[in-house]
Amino acid sequence: MLTILFDGIAYGMLLFVLAVGLAVTLGLMNFINLAHGAFAMAGGYLTVFAMQKLGLPFLACLPLAFIAAALAGALLERTLYRPMYGKPHLDQVLFSIGLAFMAVAAVDYFVGSSQQNVQLPEWLRGRTEIGDGALLLGMGHYRLFIIAVCAVLTVVLQLILSKTRFGSRLRAAVDDPRVAAGLGINVNVVFLLTFAVGSGLAGLGGALGAEILGLDPTFPLKYMIYFLIVVSVGGTSSITGPLAAALLLGIADVAGKYFIPKMGAFTVYLLMILILMWRPQGLFTRKGGR
Amino acid sequence: MQRRHILQTAALTALALSMPFASAQDGNKFKIGLILPMTGQQASTGRQIEAAARLYMAQHGDTVAGRKIELIVKDDVATPDVTKRLAQELIVNDKVNVIAGFGVTPAALAAAPLATQSKTPQVVMAAATSSITEASPYIVRSSFTLPQVSVAMGDWAPKNGVKTVVTLVADYGPGNDAEKFFSERFQLNGGKVVEKLRVPLRNPDFAPFLQKVRDAKPDALFVFVPSGAGAAVMKQFLERGMDKAGIRMIATGDVTDDDQLNDMGDGALGVVTSHHYSAAHPSALNKKFVEAFQKANPKMRPNFMAVGGYDGMRVIYEALKATKGQGGGEALLAAMKGQIFESPRGPVYIDAQTRDIVQDVYLRKVEKKDGQLYNVEFDVIKGVKDPGKAK
Repeated sequence: MLTILFDGIAYGMLLFVLAVGLAVTLGLMNFINLAHGAFAMAGGYLTVFAMQKLGLPFLACLPLAFIAAALAGALLERTLYRPMYGKPHLDQVLFSIGLAFMAVAAVDYFVGSSQQNVQLPEWLRGRTEIGDGALLLGMGHYRLFIIAVCAVLTVVLQLILSKTRFGSRLRAAVDDPRVAAGLGINVNVVFLLTFAVGSGLAGLGGALGAEILGLDPTFPLKYMIYFLIVVSVGGTSSITGPLAAALLLGIADVAGKYFIPKMGAFTVYLLMILILMWRPQGLFTRKGGR
Repeated sequence: MQRRHILQTAALTALALSMPFASAQDGNKFKIGLILPMTGQQASTGRQIEAAARLYMAQHGDTVAGRKIELIVKDDVATPDVTKRLAQELIVNDKVNVIAGFGVTPAALAAAPLATQSKTPQVVMAAATSSITEASPYIVRSSFTLPQVSVAMGDWAPKNGVKTVVTLVADYGPGNDAEKFFSERFQLNGGKVVEKLRVPLRNPDFAPFLQKVRDAKPDALFVFVPSGAGAAVMKQFLERGMDKAGIRMIATGDVTDDDQLNDMGDGALGVVTSHHYSAAHPSALNKKFVEAFQKANPKMRPNFMAVGGYDGMRVIYEALKATKGQGGGEALLAAMKGQIFESPRGPVYIDAQTRDIVQDVYLRKVEKKDGQLYNVEFDVIKGVKDPGKAK
């Protein structure tokens, strides 16, 4: 029982890190970036190759995946994404999903389509068990590690957004770019940084998730649905919304598959439908400036 | 002026001469349309089969009974509607003599009506749902069927201390076949199937299913998932400490696919699977096959898909030889039925009634040989027919 809860939380946390970058670009920058998963995939592949070819330890690969994906994000934001900001949403959707398909094809061409396996260090492979019977709590060390990393990230993100000068600049730039620019905020730089951090988070999520979710070239399309569910259920105006949504979905998915395996993956969709019928704007939304 | 005129005439004559010549040569070609998933999730299947088919042609020459063999490879991304379109194009426009390949069951089924209508033999080199050969009288299979390999496991397990089992299969045609035929045979042998779990094909996380297995505490977990997903199941099986809890993992050979096995790490050691082919099969013919394959494709190790493609080419070559290069659909088909030969996997034959392959099924255990992981065969069940056809 508790093990199921634990697995669900770990899975949800992972979804959160993968999706939070999308929530930021979608909610704060009002840009629909369906190529978000491609950045996650980049992080995953980077980790696999840094470990296999360069022999780097797993822990060193995580920040590397973040930085590399963030740099790629910054580069693409500057060159490809920025001209798209003013365009209608449909254009953005078509543009970014095209990018995702290109990423899929490129990885397929250069790396090959087979599953990539991450070899975790020994200390992350074990398992600790507490209690017994219905209250047995079995914790895989890797899942524990994911929970810890993601919890730290959440707190840091929340602090940055709500307490720092950058956070308030970002919120100002989003709510009214013209006035913000008039106040001396460099809107372009703020957006560039935000996009880079969002992509970097995706890269980190991809690196963390390769072990559990698997990694092959179809990754961006395979998990796009999950990102979108997290973002649509959680709402996009805060960090807490996607977090709660990701946890809820993670737990519902794991518990659903455990208790009613016949429903398979459908539990998640059912939950999403119910929540969106109840709150079409997502779980936690404040009225925005627009 | 004069010279220009001559040149023009010469050019026109050359053109006029070359045209009937070209089409005559074209008509003499024997075309094989190979429809395979070369990109996307199933791409490893396509690459293995194409590499093996080309290897067969390199080893046996590209002229058979006076006809030049042409291989036309098309990528269907394992999507049935694309398969259907490609098969149609190949049959109608390219006038292929045989269609072959087919990485997944829906793809093979999508092409089946076209094979029937156009009387074109369809050689299935990978897809392994039992019912495929029943979809058209023109289908011949050179790969295997899941009932074939799962039944072998259902026989072996009860004799080796496995009394209770939970089955975990991917929820699609082959998975359902594996579940049904393994369970039936296992129960017939006095075993008990505690629970049958089906996981969605696009399943991100096996944790909840494996936890359920762990709580059910069977003697063993029987797994079928398409190759690729096998590594994830195995890792999480270990992560969950199920081997320490006394649960064994048994599976069909897709889980320990030779193409992937080395990347799975030492956790795979000792997993027992039943399948029709292992790259470590100890026969002279297989050693030759594996060596030649790896020489031509340095980064790949041939797996069961490759052997399906290799033998499929043999079936086509021999049928063409037997028909003395005539190559009509009916005649080819008749010559494919009943072929008996030595394959890299061991002795096989194409059952004339079912057009399905009959072969030995081996029980294998993952072991380390020369620093690499291999499925090492330790037992064999001879001449297994597809149990799905025995009604």
